[in-house]
Amino acid sequence: MGVEVVVEGLTKSFGKQTIWQDVTLTLPPGEVSVMLGPSGTGKSVFLKSLVGLLKPEQGKIVINGTDLVRCSEHKLYEIRKMFGVLFQDGALFGSMDLYDNIAFPLREHTRKTEAEVRRIVLEKMEMVGLVGAERKLPGEISGGMRKRAGLARALVLDPEIILCDEPDSGLDPVRTAYLSQLLIDLNAQIDATILIVTHNINIARTVPDNLGMLFRRELVMFGPREVLLTSDEPVVEQFLNGRRLGPIGMSEEKDQATMAAEQAHADAGHSDGSLDEDVRGVVPQLEPTPGLPFRDAVRRRKDRVMSIIHHLPYEAQQGIIASLTPEEQARYNVHATAPTPSPWPRQGGVL
Amino acid sequence: MTAQTTFPGAGALRETGKLCQLGIDVVRTSFRRPFQLREFIQQSWFIVSVTVLPTALVSIPFGAVIALQLGSLTRQIGAQSFTGAASVLAIIQQASPIVTALLIAGAGGSAICADLGSRKIREEIDAMEVLGVSPIHRLVVPRVLAAMLVSVLLNGMVSVVGVLGGYFFNVIMQDGTPGAYLASFSALAQLPDLWISEIKALIFGFIAGIVAAYRGLNPAGGPKGVGDAVNQAVVITFLLLFFVNFVLTTIYLTVVPAKGS
Ligand SMILES: Nc1ncnc2c1ncn2[C@@H]1O[C@H](COP(=O)(O)OP(=O)(O)OP(=O)(O)O)[C@@H](O)[C@H]1O
Ligand SMILES: [Mg+2]
Repeated sequence: MGVEVVVEGLTKSFGKQTIWQDVTLTLPPGEVSVMLGPSGTGKSVFLKSLVGLLKPEQGKIVINGTDLVRCSEHKLYEIRKMFGVLFQDGALFGSMDLYDNIAFPLREHTRKTEAEVRRIVLEKMEMVGLVGAERKLPGEISGGMRKRAGLARALVLDPEIILCDEPDSGLDPVRTAYLSQLLIDLNAQIDATILIVTHNINIARTVPDNLGMLFRRELVMFGPREVLLTSDEPVVEQFLNGRRLGPIGMSEEKDQATMAAEQAHADAGHSDGSLDEDVRGVVPQLEPTPGLPFRDAVRRRKDRVMSIIHHLPYEAQQGIIASLTPEEQARYNVHATAPTPSPWPRQGGVL
Repeated sequence: MTAQTTFPGAGALRETGKLCQLGIDVVRTSFRRPFQLREFIQQSWFIVSVTVLPTALVSIPFGAVIALQLGSLTRQIGAQSFTGAASVLAIIQQASPIVTALLIAGAGGSAICADLGSRKIREEIDAMEVLGVSPIHRLVVPRVLAAMLVSVLLNGMVSVVGVLGGYFFNVIMQDGTPGAYLASFSALAQLPDLWISEIKALIFGFIAGIVAAYRGLNPAGGPKGVGDAVNQAVVITFLLLFFVNFVLTTIYLTVVPAKGS
């Protein structure tokens, strides 16, 4: 089973600029989590901190009992072997062709024969749809192909934690859908802990078990997907629906005057860039391709969520209950119409 | 990193500290197995290919200028018989390490810095670290060692080419006597002169490699940063090398007694 990643009170700044502060969350073992956030809120910085490439000033990142923020270089290299990381631009080695790029971790860390390496590399290349491009250099392929090759390289050592920085950017909607399926299938097969950073609402709605959002130097919330998907937090609502109306502006902060002007435009009938429908709400989660094992994470998560359900907001409770089968509702002893008053705090949930 | 003290020059001190740290890391890591032989050979070959021709082209006129200058000087003070020795000493002890330094820093170091810098901004270095491979072990050590090796070889080449050039100009152009030129060699020159020259070259190669790697691994944001980093690497290396040359020469002249004194 994948490993648990515990982040506590993490703060990162570059010089005087604080990127985010006091981020506290737990990536539950073997589950898929998605982190949303407008461009420039430090999602990539967060991922890089999780693998120890950037050192946060405060807080802890605990994996298998080791605090990555303060451990020795040697220990860090040991822990990193559990990670598979897809960088935002693929980060392939420019001097090696795709085959050698994907074979690199195998050649460095295992004593596999060239034949075995070949088998694994070709298998991964087929998985991401790059058969035939083995001998191409990274400079000779499209951005989306680089991304997929980067993913293949990240997966080649069967990592226990997979971090993906915007797997969808540079990919068309169809390939993005394939990629979402790929990640879910992967989770079903190797039960790895997965964290995906993205702005893609489709991925956020259908892929994860847990969903979080960074905004204005803080973790707005993090918890079971139903919580964020049904939230009426203005930032979340604006982001999910892709509106201009709301607290998120073109630059990070939006001032009162801009907000008022936009509201006035909207009242006068000028569209704010979104479709009229509200995409919030719990939609069915993506399932592994038929024939693959059932995702253990789903069962574990269900138990975990049901044990805290009475602490969740009302809408989230309803969403969760509605997604259960009648037998499950009976087993957990919950009913779709029972509103429980919720003491849900609006900020950074630790769930 | 939280509470950085600030006083004039603190930034420079911090950078120097990090540079030295990298130097120490490289020395430590160069003993770690497996040694990256392929990378080392490739890099050596690469540095040789960018430096040999310019070095040869620079060292011929350099040798000639020294020979001509010393030739007329020694004639003026009536010491023609020492022309050979003086020019050989000047070339081996000073000119050739300096020429080597200029080319290793200017051609080799700038190439190393640009290469590492572009890898850094393409996140290749980060990716390598995340894949559990130390970029210092994998990329920096072979480059620094290659710079050192090539530097020593170049120094030898500059010495030979410079001495031959000096001989040619002195004997053919200034009608010096071949016999006197050669004979005066052994009167003033000695083996340690050659050693110090090669040791200097070795140290210059090390410094050029470390500075280039340091600037390459820490470009200040974006492709423009890589250009600046290369530029700075070359300038910093020049300054350092001339300073180190001064120190080494002083030590050598104090420690090793000149021949015949
Ligand atoms: N090495 C660095 N030095 C200084 N500032 C940095 C560095 N890396 C990132 N930043 C700053 O941190 C902030 C967050 O950057 P980051 O790349 O994490 O954004 P992001 O959320 O991933 O955005 P996007 O969705 O566009 O990828 C930006 O304001 C950026 O200027
Ligand atoms: Mg990013």
